[in-house]
Amino acid sequence: MKENRITERLFNGLIKENPTFVLTLGMCPTLAVTTSAMNGLGMGLTTMVVLALSNLIISLLRKFIPNRVRIPAFIVIVASFVTMVQLLLQAYLPSLNSALGVYIPLIVVNCIILGRAESYAYHNPPLPSLFDGIGMGLGFSVALTLIGAVREILGAGEIFGFHIMPKGYTNINIFVLAPGAFFVLAVLTAVQNYIKKKAAAKGRDVSKVGSGCSEDCLNCGDTGCSRRFYDADGSTENPNLGNNLKQADTETGKPEQADAERADTETGKPEQTDAEQAGTETEAGEEGLKDE
Amino acid sequence: MNNITNIRDLFILLVGSSLVSNVVLSQFLGLCPFLGVSKKIKTAAGMGAAVIFVITLASAVAGVIYKYILVPFNITFLQTIVFILVIAALVQFVEMFLKKLIPSLYEALGVYLPLITTNCAVLGVALTNVQKNYGIGTGIVNGFATAVGFTIAIVILAGIREKMEYNDIPESFKGMPSVLLTAGLMAIAFCGFSGLL
Repeated sequence: MKENRITERLFNGLIKENPTFVLTLGMCPTLAVTTSAMNGLGMGLTTMVVLALSNLIISLLRKFIPNRVRIPAFIVIVASFVTMVQLLLQAYLPSLNSALGVYIPLIVVNCIILGRAESYAYHNPPLPSLFDGIGMGLGFSVALTLIGAVREILGAGEIFGFHIMPKGYTNINIFVLAPGAFFVLAVLTAVQNYIKKKAAAKGRDVSKVGSGCSEDCLNCGDTGCSRRFYDADGSTENPNLGNNLKQADTETGKPEQADAERADTETGKPEQTDAEQAGTETEAGEEGLKDE
Repeated sequence: MNNITNIRDLFILLVGSSLVSNVVLSQFLGLCPFLGVSKKIKTAAGMGAAVIFVITLASAVAGVIYKYILVPFNITFLQTIVFILVIAALVQFVEMFLKKLIPSLYEALGVYLPLITTNCAVLGVALTNVQKNYGIGTGIVNGFATAVGFTIAIVILAGIREKMEYNDIPESFKGMPSVLLTAGLMAIAFCGFSGLL
């Protein structure tokens, strides 16, 4: 697949660099709003709209935004879109708005958005940036919906509000409460670790897996959440740019093969895991593939 | 206005914001530093102190701006933009201020300050204060209590992680998964506080 093509960008966001399952970015909303599949979907789509539009505008303005004040500029653009989306939700989907509550304005500080602005939209033309945003947003929506579905099925025996579990099933209430979110994510990252190790043993490139900074904030440079507001000495400018160029290089360096391999690892999931909860997660993963 | 009138309300707000609805374990705000800076008790405590400092200051500034600028000019719908810009600028200003004037404090907190710039807990507290109609004073107390809750949680997690480091954990659960499981168990324990109020 050619670099920067629309389909490539969509595929990249959905599977190859899925923000939740692969990069592990944006954990706060992932845990907070996935009490049901519907809330997860709503949050995912809201984030997608903001992400796509802000990517588009940042990309259009990339030649006019001075490097040193790019972070404040990104924040203003993202916050404007978040405010618009929030007002629209208040007007047309008040129930979703009240279910998501304070997490809607908090989309501003979602590392996925600043991360994509910093590492993609600021260096690429508008159309690919728009579709990069849509792809990443779709990946995030699918991930949140799946996690929400797992929690809703285990915790309430329902999915999208429809009762599906057999009569004898006792709801495990804890899964819709706060601790359940941590447990689901723990199993998810364990599955991710497992797949990463398998793939690394076969000599595949796994540098992207879990590269969001959720493990080590102090050494996190790529994703933009630890950037200084005003880059007074321009110190982050050059290494960062170099980093992006390097990334772009490796991306063009590995064409279809890598994509096919990622797909392999995704479908290879079910046979390899045996733990019960891990099984649920991978089923969810399969659904994700079918959805496409 | 939902303001504190006596010492009893103050205490209830303090306990409620720090323990019962703990910012990390029940509201999932500030999760990145919670997971990312909790390897050692010392760094966790430093991060906690920086968060207490910044959140208390930010809720004061955001409260003043909301009451004296946004409300009189009837532009409260701009709160998200204004708050995030003010907080991000404030954090950097504090960093420069400490570096110049109080180097000892900068040594202790400086490395953590940039991490707080876009920390969702800070913005979350400012927005919650507005949503719940807290006045400036109540907002500051709420911010302080929330940040204390964050510090309690991160220091406990760091303590557990230090103990867990040499334990025999299944290969796939090493690192983040075991930390998340620990956080989940802590969240269950913190659910117990809901009986307090």
